[in-house]
Amino acid sequence: MVPNDRKYTREHDWVKIEDGIAILGITDHAQEALGDIVYVELPELDSDIAIGDNYTTVESVKAASPVDSPVAGRVVEVNEALDEQPELLNEDAYGQFIAKIEFAEINEDALLTAEEYEQLLAEEE
Amino acid sequence: MKSYVPNTEKERREMLEAIGLKSMDDLFSDIPEDLKLDRELDLPAPMSEMELRELMMGYVLQNDEGGLLFRGAGAYRHYIPSVVPQLAARSEFYTAYTPYQAEMSQGMLQSIFEWQTVICNLTGMEASNASVYDGATAASEAILMMRDSKRKSKVLYSAGLNPDVITTIKTYAHCYGIELVEIPLNKDGITDMAALEANLPESAGFIAAQPNYFGCIENMDAISEAVHAQKALLVSYVNPISLGAVKRPGDYGADIAIGDAQPMGLPLNFGGPYVGFMATGGKLVRNLPGRIAGETTDAEGGRAYVLTLQAREQHIRRDKASSNICSNQMLCAIMSTIYACTMGPEGMREVAEQNIAKAHYLADEICKIPGMKLRYATAFFNEFVIDTETPAGQINEALKDMGIVGGLILPDGGMLWCATEMNSKEDIDFLTDMLKNIVEGGMEQ
Amino acid sequence: MRQSYKLIFERSHEGRRAYDLPALDVPAVDAIPANMKNEAKLDLPELGEVDLVRHYTNLSRRNFGVDNGFYPLGSCTMKYNPKINEEVAGMFEDMHPLLDEDMSQGALRMMYDLEGYLAEICGMDAFTLQPAAGAHGELAGLMLIRAYHEKRGDTERTTIIVPDAAHGTNPASAVMAGFKVKEIKSAPDGGVDLDALREAVGPDTAGLMLTNPSTLGLFERNIKQIASIVHEAGGLLYYDGANLNAIMGIVRPGDMGFDVMHINLHKTFSTPHGGGGPGSGPVGFKKHLAPFMPVPVLVEREGMIELDYDRPDTIGKVKMFYGNFAVCVRAFAYIRSLGGKGLREASENAVLNANYIKNAMRGVFDIPHDRICMHECIVTPTEEMMEKGVHTTDVAKALIDRGYHPPTIYFPLIVHEAMMIEPTESESRETLDEFIEAMKEIASEALTAPESVKACPKNTPIGRPDETTAARKPIVRYVKPE
Repeated sequence: MVPNDRKYTREHDWVKIEDGIAILGITDHAQEALGDIVYVELPELDSDIAIGDNYTTVESVKAASPVDSPVAGRVVEVNEALDEQPELLNEDAYGQFIAKIEFAEINEDALLTAEEYEQLLAEEE
Repeated sequence: MKSYVPNTEKERREMLEAIGLKSMDDLFSDIPEDLKLDRELDLPAPMSEMELRELMMGYVLQNDEGGLLFRGAGAYRHYIPSVVPQLAARSEFYTAYTPYQAEMSQGMLQSIFEWQTVICNLTGMEASNASVYDGATAASEAILMMRDSKRKSKVLYSAGLNPDVITTIKTYAHCYGIELVEIPLNKDGITDMAALEANLPESAGFIAAQPNYFGCIENMDAISEAVHAQKALLVSYVNPISLGAVKRPGDYGADIAIGDAQPMGLPLNFGGPYVGFMATGGKLVRNLPGRIAGETTDAEGGRAYVLTLQAREQHIRRDKASSNICSNQMLCAIMSTIYACTMGPEGMREVAEQNIAKAHYLADEICKIPGMKLRYATAFFNEFVIDTETPAGQINEALKDMGIVGGLILPDGGMLWCATEMNSKEDIDFLTDMLKNIVEGGMEQ
Repeated sequence: MRQSYKLIFERSHEGRRAYDLPALDVPAVDAIPANMKNEAKLDLPELGEVDLVRHYTNLSRRNFGVDNGFYPLGSCTMKYNPKINEEVAGMFEDMHPLLDEDMSQGALRMMYDLEGYLAEICGMDAFTLQPAAGAHGELAGLMLIRAYHEKRGDTERTTIIVPDAAHGTNPASAVMAGFKVKEIKSAPDGGVDLDALREAVGPDTAGLMLTNPSTLGLFERNIKQIASIVHEAGGLLYYDGANLNAIMGIVRPGDMGFDVMHINLHKTFSTPHGGGGPGSGPVGFKKHLAPFMPVPVLVEREGMIELDYDRPDTIGKVKMFYGNFAVCVRAFAYIRSLGGKGLREASENAVLNANYIKNAMRGVFDIPHDRICMHECIVTPTEEMMEKGVHTTDVAKALIDRGYHPPTIYFPLIVHEAMMIEPTESESRETLDEFIEAMKEIASEALTAPESVKACPKNTPIGRPDETTAARKPIVRYVKPE
């Protein structure tokens, strides 16, 4: 099930807004498509990210998937647990964030609701 | 004439028939007629193996490579134990492709893993790749690693790097859009610390050479401290043969150790193939270019080796790859590994010490000759610069007639001399006697 | 069969040695300053010579080369590596690269002659031997394109167009050369989609990189239109020479309209690949790119070959010295052995062998593009096999158990579950027949006993390795247990 407490991108990433902070991650569909995740390249704390920047790259054995940020702002937290255990993203993609960004700008138009995202998944099937 | 196609004319016709074609030309019907070559390639006539051998000998005889070599400058003649070429000639190794299928390539994968361990232990680093083309391309790749990890586009390099390395990194840096700044040497032939410190702010890092092109031993402790004080990266370009006697990059905190392993077991081969190495540690491992072998287990729990961290590489990440490198210098890396394992810790130390001793004896003897003196009053490894009153060109021409390859003539007229364990005292004495004659002859004129 | 094998570091016994050196005949000196000395013992193995020899001899037996058996690794041209070439390459091994030109005329002349042969084979005006491998050649060739546009003040040309069927090195090399990459989708037959190409070209086009025959092993029939679309847009055409083995003496990249190209001497010209290198990637080009070629340039003056560094518009050097010289010697020997007639014969038979295999695969595996192929063909597992859970990897592993090196798998990316088979001209009909038989056996086993196929390989020193753990927790060197 796609949680409806957050928004989605067409590239299978999720974003959850809490008090001016955008929490970013990848969807269950994304982790499944990648297969066993072996490395998550976390952004640097305090670095500035623009909309569309690759803020992280998620690697599996045979693929590397750069993830674009739907928000612009400053990285205030990264999920350091992924450094040691990248497989957490395979186990619980919606429960594990990758980075939190204190955002100044957000590209709302590009974001989908849970319902719209489910529809997208159905179309891609 | 030679042909390596086993099938006979008759077999070829039968195979064509089997696929429903009449002639070889039918195989190429997709190619537009007007593009096809309407003649045979204009090449010399084919020949037998015996004729080929004679032909090649003809080329060899046009060379006059001399008997005694006192030249290094980036390519060094060292003794190569017989086991090195003999084992590398195992055709299971040399006729294989890249080890894409781990189950039938354990020999190569384990050899890469052993090479990586040798390089790590020699340099004091944590991780090495499976090799790059040569020292110059290792330096060029290191620039990209620095830029990507520091996100800064200014890189400093020492004027004491090999000039071929410098011209190569300039070629690459132009494409990368990286600003390169040369840090000059001081009057002692080592890095000008004031110039280095002045340029470090806003730089991704500094590429130093140890020993440098002029043979001088740099104070890498001081360089490392200066570089790291500015949170920049230190890349150390080392001659691996020196590491039996000279401090390892990891021991003075270098972030990346690079160089060319040719001196370890590879023949001079008129410049190639040689083998570039790159070693690093920490997060920088993810920025290493090219192939890396890793240890893992197979389904039954046995130890196995695979190519790993491949998501950095061009075949997966394409335009986002850490480098475009695909083929590297694997067989050369195996030769260097076998060399290092044959020499062992004692052999590597003894070779390094013999090089130091021979080069110093040569320098001392040359300096006894009137009009010749050592340019730098700095410790050196197996090379040194001599300034000479007799023109260097005249000296080398005269030596050539005696079958001696003298020191390399530098653009400023100095001579860069080299001695290794291959130069006996007798040879050195012969050389210096000849030098005396040449100088004295020159004075008489 | 399963058998792990000790590392050379695990065979070490303190005090053993395999080396000796003559006694030092000059005074020992203590020259290295105290703070720059390495006082510690290097951590290298210590063992006797016989143990070292056995270690590497037995390691080699855990590896597979062309000399061991059929190696139809698509796009890699694993042809036989003639033994005479190994021998003659050794004739030059004591030559220092910085010998004066008058001392190295033989080596320089050989390189100069080889450049000429390659130019004739490829229809190019000139060649440089400097690049060390195919990808390195791509980079150097792209640098020429960049320098060409820069010299004309055409600085807007910053994009290289690459088809999605291209080798991964193409886009990676373009980025290293400072370009942006525009990927275009291939037509259904794997060729360039002319409309997509017309759409993609523009004032920002620096060039197009193309492999022909394509990575699907098919000749690009529209090559003339492609060349004119790119040239009319002001771009240059780059030829990826990975598949040159299909066309020697038949059609030349220069005549197809390509401006610049590289060759993989370790593919088409029979030099051994060394288990991953050294290769050699000479770059050929038309006259308009000559001013930019890397230094040094070999020139003939008054009967002497000289190394010319005085080239104001050069891209510079791309490597130490002059390239992987000893690899070039082998390629030279190959070309002189075969001559023009023999090279054509090699290409014809490479293409014949590939079509012979493809023909026999009908009804056994799927053939996504079943028309006359060039030197390689692509097959995929059938629907029925995949329903049983047997994929390309499994077929590859089953081939290993039957003594074959598998084809290239999962490339090109645009063919799902691709197996790219390149037999080369070196293989005899019975080798091809036996391989075909093995493929048929595997195909039938995939339907009748899929679990057995998925359990392959069984006859190898290791089973399928765990690549996930290798990448999650990388162990890339041996550390002695405490």
